[in-house]
Amino acid sequence: MRFSGAGTKLKWGSPVEAEPLAVEACEIHEHNAGDLTAVVDAALSLHELQETLAEEGQMLALDPPLGDEARATIGGIVAASDSGPLRHRYGSARDLVVGMTVALSDGTVAQSGGKVIKNVAGYDLSKLFTGSYGTLGAILKLSLRLHPLSPENATAVGRSSDPAALAAAALELSHARIELQSLDARWEDGAGAVLARFGGTRASAPADDAAETMKRHGLQTEVSADDAEWWGDQREAQRSDSGVVVRVSGVQSQLATVLELARDLDARVVGRAGLGLSWITLPNSGDPVPTVDDLRRELAPSPCVVLDAPDPVRASLDVWGPRDPGATLLAQRVRDRFDPAGICAPGLMGR
Amino acid sequence: MDGGLATATATGEGVDIDALAAELRSICGPEHTLTHHDQLRTYESDGLLQYAAMPGVVVLPSTGEEVRRCVEACHRAGAPFVARGSGSGLSGGAMPVEGGALIALSRLRRILEVDLENQRVVCEPGVTNIAISEAVGPSHFYPPDPSSQIVCSIGGNVAENSGGAHCFKYGFTTNYVTGLEVVLPDGQMIQLGGKGVDMPGLDLVGVFVGSEGTLGVATKITVRVVPSPETTRTLVAFFDSTSEAGEVVSAVVSEGIVAGAMEMMDNLSIRAAEGATGAGYPQDAGAALVVELDGSETECEARFDQVVQMCEKGGAWKVRVAQDEAERALIWKTRKAAFAAMGRIAPNYYVQDSVIPRTRMAEVLRRIEELAQEYDLQVANVFHAGDGNLHPLVCYDGSVEGEPARAEELAGLIVKTCVDAGGSITGEHGVGVDKKGYMPSMFEEDDLATFQRLRCAFDPDGLANPGKVMPTPRLCGEVPGPYREHPLEAAGLAERM
Repeated sequence: MRFSGAGTKLKWGSPVEAEPLAVEACEIHEHNAGDLTAVVDAALSLHELQETLAEEGQMLALDPPLGDEARATIGGIVAASDSGPLRHRYGSARDLVVGMTVALSDGTVAQSGGKVIKNVAGYDLSKLFTGSYGTLGAILKLSLRLHPLSPENATAVGRSSDPAALAAAALELSHARIELQSLDARWEDGAGAVLARFGGTRASAPADDAAETMKRHGLQTEVSADDAEWWGDQREAQRSDSGVVVRVSGVQSQLATVLELARDLDARVVGRAGLGLSWITLPNSGDPVPTVDDLRRELAPSPCVVLDAPDPVRASLDVWGPRDPGATLLAQRVRDRFDPAGICAPGLMGR
Repeated sequence: MDGGLATATATGEGVDIDALAAELRSICGPEHTLTHHDQLRTYESDGLLQYAAMPGVVVLPSTGEEVRRCVEACHRAGAPFVARGSGSGLSGGAMPVEGGALIALSRLRRILEVDLENQRVVCEPGVTNIAISEAVGPSHFYPPDPSSQIVCSIGGNVAENSGGAHCFKYGFTTNYVTGLEVVLPDGQMIQLGGKGVDMPGLDLVGVFVGSEGTLGVATKITVRVVPSPETTRTLVAFFDSTSEAGEVVSAVVSEGIVAGAMEMMDNLSIRAAEGATGAGYPQDAGAALVVELDGSETECEARFDQVVQMCEKGGAWKVRVAQDEAERALIWKTRKAAFAAMGRIAPNYYVQDSVIPRTRMAEVLRRIEELAQEYDLQVANVFHAGDGNLHPLVCYDGSVEGEPARAEELAGLIVKTCVDAGGSITGEHGVGVDKKGYMPSMFEEDDLATFQRLRCAFDPDGLANPGKVMPTPRLCGEVPGPYREHPLEAAGLAERM
């Protein structure tokens, strides 16, 4: 049994033999603008939700790839814990889901959390199901924490072909006493960039300051309030139709290494520079399997997970990579309890 | 049967406590293993004194490995155990199991690593909340700030998923913990998460935080710290009533202003806190609203002026803006003193922690007032207005016959009012022993049974902090799956028939 929304991330995880079962309910049950919360069905598209929330000047602070068009669903984004540049300021799905209704394989329908943004009653099963890829059961309904849309945005971009200079600028910005909305790095075709986005009522002033910081590190800078395309491009580059995308859960200080590796491999990188997260798209030439091994060795102990990849590649490596054996065993015990029959995407998150 | 060798007993009955104490003594030393009645009494309650139970033994390990060995010894003995940090919790979550073991973590108070470059701190559970901010200041800070932050421990914060005044903007403990070293209730030590985010596998860090000590004991905690804001501006405004102040809070939120903190005190709380700190608050004010904005200087200044105007327009008869750090500190001291100062109003009080959707505030506060009159008791309110986390304090005199019972009944009705309004029984204190009876008002039987699945995956023998969170004791059934050797079998003490 596999659960799917729009099917934009169905290939992620270890290969599983099962026909996807589409979750279909897609209503917005509540939008409590004054409380900054919403209750929605899992199969609602992110795009549709954002359009509705925007009417009240609000948003769900999640901007993963494929969310702009009427595609990726809230349930799918949460189940795979996908995220985008807004993650820097607002966290990921785990930080924005305040309640959840799930269906387990034995037919139990259970809810946890609630509808208020602050709540510690009972176990936080929303976190357990976020990023569980449907291996514990199906997500049916979600309570979400919302944020106000920023009245203005402005972005400073600094470009350079020196990985060390880019990483140093990003590190200084992520430690500065400023309120960044997003802080990304990029590498492609032998050159890179750092992008710093600010929101608020006076977004251009801090963006100008950030550009000054970038200049001190030798970057070529540009500041613009018309920055949507830049960020759309960052999101898009987290995915690949035909290539192999490796997500690194590292630390900030590894950015220089990641960018250097990308330069040497002729790979593309999208980095969430303040979080230590990077998406590396390997070049289409050559065998990616030993390259993934090399990345895991170079970046150890930071986990390198293969997300997008052609089927033959997926079949010939462990997409998750090495993990703590104790934690893996405990995760299996959790699965045994939630899905005793072992029929929810068995093996998708590894054994 | 997996998990059938011990039961989810909420007492240490049947445990050979002397033998267990001897083993704990051999692990931690006699001076750190307490069995004398007078010594044990220190640990019979946490911050919620109306709940007390006498542990059979208290042990104070000094390293994670000692904690692991203590837990393993408890597991072998079939003894229920409770981990305790600073004991400042307000849900009875660290109340011992009668006759069981209490593992006090106050000696594990080393900050193991300050990795400022990666904005992480790795520390032991007994480290105080404030010590983390002190270790990374002034350039960085650790945002979740419970009012008890100078004494409460980060291990306790992890157990309870503690919040604080600044969590409307910055989030809770769970948003800042990235890695844990955990001793499972069978004595196995595992690593969950790390310094990175989006680690592969189930988010077991996410479910462990806020699990109130029922899934194991955290022996090492990795938290994220963030750059300190460039500017902080703080004001306190006085209004005729909480509903007037509440309107201003709504106006601020709907303007899209994300305040660092918005705190409200009603007249009773103002009087109690003023008596404690002498901050010069008007004793006849119906409500005091503290608003703090932080962030970049330009943004903060512009928004702060807006908030001052909103307060004035919203009927504030006085707006006091902190002119320097000392004045700001006094505003916060007065706010944070409100709880402790309640002793000036009444000899006893019930602390509550209900949450409501913020937009229902006026109506819920009105209802609480009606109920208080009906029960002829005083209810003080001091709360996090931004996120609707009320802290109604039901005041009573324990020496007056019938008053404690009346106060408890009133407290229950207040919780029900909040849940009926779409809220929660607890926003930051945890369920513990105090609010477990209210769990069925929020959750159906299927929900509770699903919670139990998680607990059984971590603690099939029901030894970690039993009798908390769940409204009724439950056992773990067998789960189909590969055969796993029980520790008693491994030790040659039992065999499967």
